[in-house]
Amino acid sequence: MDKRLIIEHIPRLRRYARALVGDRYIADDLVQDTLERAWNKFYLWRPGSDLRAWLFTIMHNVFVNQARRRRYEIEQPVEEVPVVPVRATQTEQLELQDVDRALRSLPAEQREVILLVAVEQMSYDEASRALDIPIGTVMSRLSRARERMRQLLGGQTMVPLKAVK
Amino acid sequence: MKPVSEADLHAYVDGALSESTRSEVEAWLATHPDDTERLRAYGDYNAMLRSLYNPVMDEPVPAALLAAHVPAWRRYVAAAVVFAFGIGLGWVVRGQSFAHQPVPLSLARQAAIAHAVYAPEVRHPVEVGANDEEHLVRWLSKRLGTALKAPALSAVGYDLVGGRLLSGPQGPVAQFMYQDSRGQRLTLYVSRQRGEPRDTAFRFSQEDRVSVFYWVDGNFGYALSGEIGKEQLLKVADVVYKQLNP
Repeated sequence: MDKRLIIEHIPRLRRYARALVGDRYIADDLVQDTLERAWNKFYLWRPGSDLRAWLFTIMHNVFVNQARRRRYEIEQPVEEVPVVPVRATQTEQLELQDVDRALRSLPAEQREVILLVAVEQMSYDEASRALDIPIGTVMSRLSRARERMRQLLGGQTMVPLKAVK
Repeated sequence: MKPVSEADLHAYVDGALSESTRSEVEAWLATHPDDTERLRAYGDYNAMLRSLYNPVMDEPVPAALLAAHVPAWRRYVAAAVVFAFGIGLGWVVRGQSFAHQPVPLSLARQAAIAHAVYAPEVRHPVEVGANDEEHLVRWLSKRLGTALKAPALSAVGYDLVGGRLLSGPQGPVAQFMYQDSRGQRLTLYVSRQRGEPRDTAFRFSQEDRVSVFYWVDGNFGYALSGEIGKEQLLKVADVVYKQLNP
């Protein structure tokens, strides 16, 4: 049994947790709880199977349980997200901060999917296993997450060029 | 042409399509400018989310997380011992309680854990590479508040890879990494020590597969870790010590 197998994944788990919950300390708490659980259940991991997916599944479960107990503030009302002024060349000029704010405003289940795909760069299949949901659900959540971000970031309200004189 | 699905469009953004499907999607997009624009936005979100959060990967991992793999019961026992010690001490030093002091990890253990985390790292073994050694040493010296030196170990077959800043129980920690021609890595861990300055002899500790020689010199603790035999490691530790104490 090799502890280092888990330790090597800590930076990844921290990255995902930070993106998921935003706050650094709450994120590290989530990582800590995940690691403790992983360590206690390490005998359940099948050597040779995908350890990253296994760890992300544990983190997902810890996150969902704790969110249920309202330990993490996982949802923010959409109204708090300021509408970004629409510019002629849409996305290039968006600030990272606006993207981050849009991410925070997504429902947690959509945020998980878009982060696993975009940041962790998991395949849809890997994401489906990590979250224990069908691949079709991965796709629909991903689609909704991206569309919602685009709405929040002003992409939807592209000013018709005709209106500009 | 068969219809392009919404799932295909997302897979296109995420680079998950086979070559043939990708060509089909591209052909379809050529006549659908709105969707092209939409997919470009999706791709931008991917890139921006990565720019936002990839830097977390390079942050020093807090010691508490590295200790999380110590089984909980052992930490409880350790906490209980500290608690009992606190009560005992409180008895002697009235009004003071040490019950809430964190359980310190030994220098050797901290160093071995840090070694185990970064030595296998292929892409980011160090924050600053040996090609910028002067900057590396200046930076780490500034953060630790003392003039550090990266020992030259090429005489014993190890070249400097670089170093990184970590966070330890007593504040910032410097880690220098070395590598031999076969890719075997050693790390030198330098951390400020609590309490009065003191000097200790060389000590050896076997932490799983990682061998560690460590010693305290004044206010700083040094630990040399590697997955090599005790005798070989001692030879290197000896060189390190002599260079730091000419």
